[in-house]
Amino acid sequence: MVMQAQQYPEIEIPTPSQIAETANLGPDEEGENRMVLSMGPQHPSTHGVLRLAVELSGETVVNLAPDVGYLHTGIEKTMETKTYTKSIVLTDRIDYLAPMSNNMAYVSAVEKLMQIEVPERAQVLRVLLLEMTRLNSHLVWLGTHALDLAAMSVFLYALREREYILDIFEMLTGARMMTSYFRVGGLAWDIPKDFIPTVEQFLDYFPPHIDEYEDLLTSNPLWRERTVGVGVVSDEDAVALGLTGANLRASGVNWDLRKAMPYSGYETYDFDVPVLYNGDIYDRYLCRLQEMRESVKIMRQALARLKDLAGGPFITDNRKVAPPPKTEITYSMESLIHHFKLWTEGFRPARGSAYMGIESPRGEFGCYVVSDGTPKPWRVHFRAPSFINLQALPHMAKGKLVADLVAMIASLDPVLGEVDR
Amino acid sequence: MLDRKTLEARVSQRFPSVVIGDESGDLALTVGRMHLVELAAWLRDEPELNFKFLNNLCGVDFLGREPRFEVVVHLTSIPNQMRIALHVGVPENDPTVPTLTRLFPTANYQERETYDMFGIIFTGHPGLERILMPEDWMGYPQRKDHPLGYEEVAFTHNEDWIYANKPFAKE
Repeated sequence: MVMQAQQYPEIEIPTPSQIAETANLGPDEEGENRMVLSMGPQHPSTHGVLRLAVELSGETVVNLAPDVGYLHTGIEKTMETKTYTKSIVLTDRIDYLAPMSNNMAYVSAVEKLMQIEVPERAQVLRVLLLEMTRLNSHLVWLGTHALDLAAMSVFLYALREREYILDIFEMLTGARMMTSYFRVGGLAWDIPKDFIPTVEQFLDYFPPHIDEYEDLLTSNPLWRERTVGVGVVSDEDAVALGLTGANLRASGVNWDLRKAMPYSGYETYDFDVPVLYNGDIYDRYLCRLQEMRESVKIMRQALARLKDLAGGPFITDNRKVAPPPKTEITYSMESLIHHFKLWTEGFRPARGSAYMGIESPRGEFGCYVVSDGTPKPWRVHFRAPSFINLQALPHMAKGKLVADLVAMIASLDPVLGEVDR
Repeated sequence: MLDRKTLEARVSQRFPSVVIGDESGDLALTVGRMHLVELAAWLRDEPELNFKFLNNLCGVDFLGREPRFEVVVHLTSIPNQMRIALHVGVPENDPTVPTLTRLFPTANYQERETYDMFGIIFTGHPGLERILMPEDWMGYPQRKDHPLGYEEVAFTHNEDWIYANKPFAKE
């Protein structure tokens, strides 16, 4: 065949059983012992239940294979048995650190399938919440990443600020983590009246703390020693491996779906996409920190627009997908029928399929929905960025030390709930 | 920058057998299994097209339709800021598709997942094993005829019966 010449032979992604079969055991040329180490699934640095089959020669990684699936809960299969609206709660549980991004990917895939217009105020509010989710997720990443490299205090600081965000989520939705706030066509309900002042306070409180994290880590010699030049992925390899998000942008590829294929009105906001060129752990760290600053910038603009649009609708007035307001039911028979139909049966998108990708904190979170014309989706598939980013681990870690492996896992920022779905 | 019309024209000129369609605003190409690798390689390597990034690869089971399965691949061209979908029909009696891992290493896990969930075999894949389900799982859980029903809890007294009846545990 013609295309054989242009393959990527250097990238191998082995499976755990291949490691077990092909490993050379016994002492190597330098007398170091070789072995296959099963790291995890219960290991503090694997950020959940990830098992790594690592072939070692002394302390050097010869080969490795991630073994995933411990948290598989069959979310995609379960969604096929629920109506489109009822499925939304399941999407929160995929990536439990960024529930709003998951909601957004699913909801906007259904909107794309049904060609529903979302009111401007709902779009602005979505952007505000998506960026707050990004901060939330990046703060947990920063804290655990530093903790893995033995910097204990960053974890405490990062989780302190995250608590603030979770309080805002609780105020808005009643839940700290599993928010389920997005609906097809808009949002579940309107914001409480304290919401805008609280977010304003948060935006005054938060940015100085990013400098605080930077003071602790950016020029810290211990941090630099563990991260600079470790876990390098070149730009070509990053694209071939399907890396997305900060992992891709740290390798010098300027690709952010908020800019490239804008959704929810991102094209109207003024923000920069940080791109760095070394592709190592340190650059991924800088990239995510810079993203946090940009998120604050977007949130400020969104909040100003939200004030201008006060009193506007938070969900589409298309009664075929969104329920009517409760007060309308008392005097309008038609509204009562719509309400009844939506809650007993749900809405029916036309036959077809749609793929929608959004820029979640971890990368491109995609959702593919197939409809057969009934109120339940025929098939829902999630392109989980953590799952795909994890493939880069063998490529990064070969020939490096076991101690660096921990830093590499943390820098890819996997959430195992999302890997296994 | 490439526009959709030009791409459609170039595809139909180079691959007359490919059916050009639309998937909620994105270009969708329905392609036969034997042309999949050739088409993907052409899309990736043609300088103006540059579809180097594979977003997504998944299976769909259209039970009762012929061909029963479909493998859906989404490719992105970073310089052109464009996404397209490739749809490949897969019959039930011969569920094989040539692998894309040689062109896009990122397809590795996604093909393993599709094999795990639908039993679609990607010929030439370097390590086609189950990835999310346990290694000894029988059946392909996302096929529409795989029961969703609950599984009885295994105790010593009924363990043999349960394992003998797997994967089709009682609904």
